[in-house]
Amino acid sequence: MTDYNFAYLDEQTKRMIRRAILKGLAIPGYQVPFASREMPMPYGWGTGGVQVSAAVLTPEDTFKVIDQGADDTTNAVSIRSFFERTAGVETTTDTSAASVIQTRHRIPEEPLKEDQILVYQVPIPEPLRFLEPRESETRKMHSLEEYGLMHVKLYEDISRHGHIATSYAYPVKVEGRYVMDPSPIPKFDNPKLGDMAAIQLFGAGREQRIYALPPYTQVVSLDFEDHPFEASKADQVCGLCGAEDSYLDEVIIDDAGGRLFCCSDTDYCLGRRNAGHQGSSLPGNEVAA
Amino acid sequence: MYVAVKGGERAIENAHAWLAEERRGDATVTELSVVQIREQLSLAVNRVMAEGSLYDPDLAALAIKQARGDLIEAIFLIRAYRTTLPRFGSSEPVDTGSMECDRRISATFKDLPGGQILGPTFDYTHRLLDFKLAADGEVTEAPTRATSATPVPHVTDFLNREGLIEEAPHDDTEPPDLTREPLEMPANRALRLQALTRSDEGFTLGLAYSTQRGYARNHAFVGELRIGAVAVEMDIPELGFSIDIGEVTLTECETVNQFKGSKTEPPQFTRGYGLVFGQSERKAISMALVDRALRWEELGEDNVGAPAQDTEFVLYHADNIQATGFLEHIKLPHYVDFQSELELVRKLRREAGADQVREAAE
Amino acid sequence: MDAQTLGGGFTDPAIQSARAFRSVMEAMARPGTICNIAGAEPPAPLSRAAGSVLLTLCDADTPVYLASDTDTADVRAWLAFHTGAPVTGPSHAMFAVGTWQALLPLSAYQIGTSEYPDRSATLIVESDKLAGGATLSGPGIKDTSGLNLPDLVAFQTNRRMFPLGLDFIFTSGERLAALPRSTEVC
Repeated sequence: MTDYNFAYLDEQTKRMIRRAILKGLAIPGYQVPFASREMPMPYGWGTGGVQVSAAVLTPEDTFKVIDQGADDTTNAVSIRSFFERTAGVETTTDTSAASVIQTRHRIPEEPLKEDQILVYQVPIPEPLRFLEPRESETRKMHSLEEYGLMHVKLYEDISRHGHIATSYAYPVKVEGRYVMDPSPIPKFDNPKLGDMAAIQLFGAGREQRIYALPPYTQVVSLDFEDHPFEASKADQVCGLCGAEDSYLDEVIIDDAGGRLFCCSDTDYCLGRRNAGHQGSSLPGNEVAA
Repeated sequence: MYVAVKGGERAIENAHAWLAEERRGDATVTELSVVQIREQLSLAVNRVMAEGSLYDPDLAALAIKQARGDLIEAIFLIRAYRTTLPRFGSSEPVDTGSMECDRRISATFKDLPGGQILGPTFDYTHRLLDFKLAADGEVTEAPTRATSATPVPHVTDFLNREGLIEEAPHDDTEPPDLTREPLEMPANRALRLQALTRSDEGFTLGLAYSTQRGYARNHAFVGELRIGAVAVEMDIPELGFSIDIGEVTLTECETVNQFKGSKTEPPQFTRGYGLVFGQSERKAISMALVDRALRWEELGEDNVGAPAQDTEFVLYHADNIQATGFLEHIKLPHYVDFQSELELVRKLRREAGADQVREAAE
Repeated sequence: MDAQTLGGGFTDPAIQSARAFRSVMEAMARPGTICNIAGAEPPAPLSRAAGSVLLTLCDADTPVYLASDTDTADVRAWLAFHTGAPVTGPSHAMFAVGTWQALLPLSAYQIGTSEYPDRSATLIVESDKLAGGATLSGPGIKDTSGLNLPDLVAFQTNRRMFPLGLDFIFTSGERLAALPRSTEVC
């Protein structure tokens, strides 16, 4: 891939993305339009995150890519190898060893540090999109801080189901101003968004938007006094490492419908097992049915 | 014991190897060359150039070969390649009035200066499978005649002379470029036309058809459809004049539409416009109809709520590379989100069940 | 074109601008943090830091305002050769560079619109000293941080316009710090 520039994108494109990132950091939660380029992977498969990563990576970085919390999912593998080839950066699966982490749908369990950058792949950056399909309208709503519709929607959930029926891509308010889509992370991850030590950058390629959360930014999940936000997960422990505090995948392990719950963050799970923690499904222990 | 799925990298490599094998097909059958595709599947090549926004028949043919004939995949390959190309400058606007027409028809006049030229069209072929082609592709030579050196005038110019059609004033404003700037509403006509010329042929055809069936009907006549080569000129500042850098084949469609008039202006016909790379006449006509439908506001027409009148709807959904990427991304793992929904549905069902039990007890 | 015009750019643009951008991003994400930035050797009176910021962020798409004594033939030629950025007045500038006094008044610059607050200028303020002085708080800052500021009221006024407003990069020698519109200053 020596025919291509460092990190694939040409310098003019990178400058345009870098300018958008700086404005995004200056106006936390506001979606900055950017002229997203056609990437050699399909729209909807992380082109926004890839463009943001390409604009921030330096040769000294160590890069980690996760999809659904795991380093070995095929799209994560594909994006990681893209940057290995085009930017020649070191890659890792170790969360604490990474300086730039690109993610789809999860925030790592291990708290991130000040010298790290978390890049999210975002499919639909507009939190109001499913209430109002028109960009011209939603842009106006943000400018006027007209977020009543969002509260009405959440409240309708409560009256129908007794709960807010949004379990992922749960909207947040940033620094008391912009309502922001945190990307389709489970709402379990929402509390990690605020006051994070690392820089968080969000890239939506197809929708041509970049937004950002500087470190230690106030991020509040929308809720109501009588129905406070609740970060939920499966009421189980990890069958592999025994973790009680991590987000769990549910895996069907046999024809009889036997199930195993295990950490979605594969690096976190492995780290715990290496440290001697054991779940009930590891060899020698009983398989949970 | 449960073992997490590993080896994504090897699976991807193996899938790619298998794909290459499938693309080649039966190795005892002669391999298709890029030149063969360029010459014999030229309408596919044209579509890939038009929707890929890159005029290069050889690269388009290569993309079709690589994509196993999946044209949207081929368009994607061309688009991804196109973005990596440096931009040296912009050409002068091409002059379709001086086009060397291979085909030129008007539905609004029986005969007209420059004549009706049918050209290489399927129009009056009887759609009967030609089994001779299954055996060999020998063709008898088509009769020829010397081309006339005089340019073929635009039909709309005749109408314009009488003031019967709206003016299309010359405008030197630099048009926006949606490949360099994020798409923004409201979109002016130049931007809409750029989006339409690279839009998905099927989507544009469907929208155009919907206007004919009454969803924002605008009574389109094909004033003129012309196909042929035009020169591309570029201004070289160092030289102080423009030079010919090549030629491109284009299809241009100008529709003459429903007239409008007001208290101050007498009735006159209005225009729809389509211009597409290569011989792509279905696309050019569709484009002209949708262009006309999208002009409702500037022409003071009613918004009847038709899809083809809705600029934001049309422009945000016409690009097949954006559409196919997002559509197909739902193949990617979503089990984290699914898990969170699963927990929620279980919880809601548990509570609903408890309510029913309580009600039954009461 | 003389040697000074042709020289002083990034020798390895892709890599040097990637590193320089990380410094600018770090500074903008963590107001008050002082970062090193290098690579450019711009003509006087531009600092290396200001020159590196211009090379990293500016091109033909970004009109630049050269305030007062930064507007020299050498700076213009250098900027044109290395970035292609058009030189403009303050009201059309996406970037402006100069000393605080030269850049004033702030009302001359674009602060964005309510629908597009990002369409606002970034001011590169050449400074003698970056450390100390004012107390900063807000997004990007854990508790508080400090920065030497040429004024307080101007930045408080800028903060009150949020989400509209200007963003500032302070440069000195080979170091820089930043103050986005979101920062509270006292």
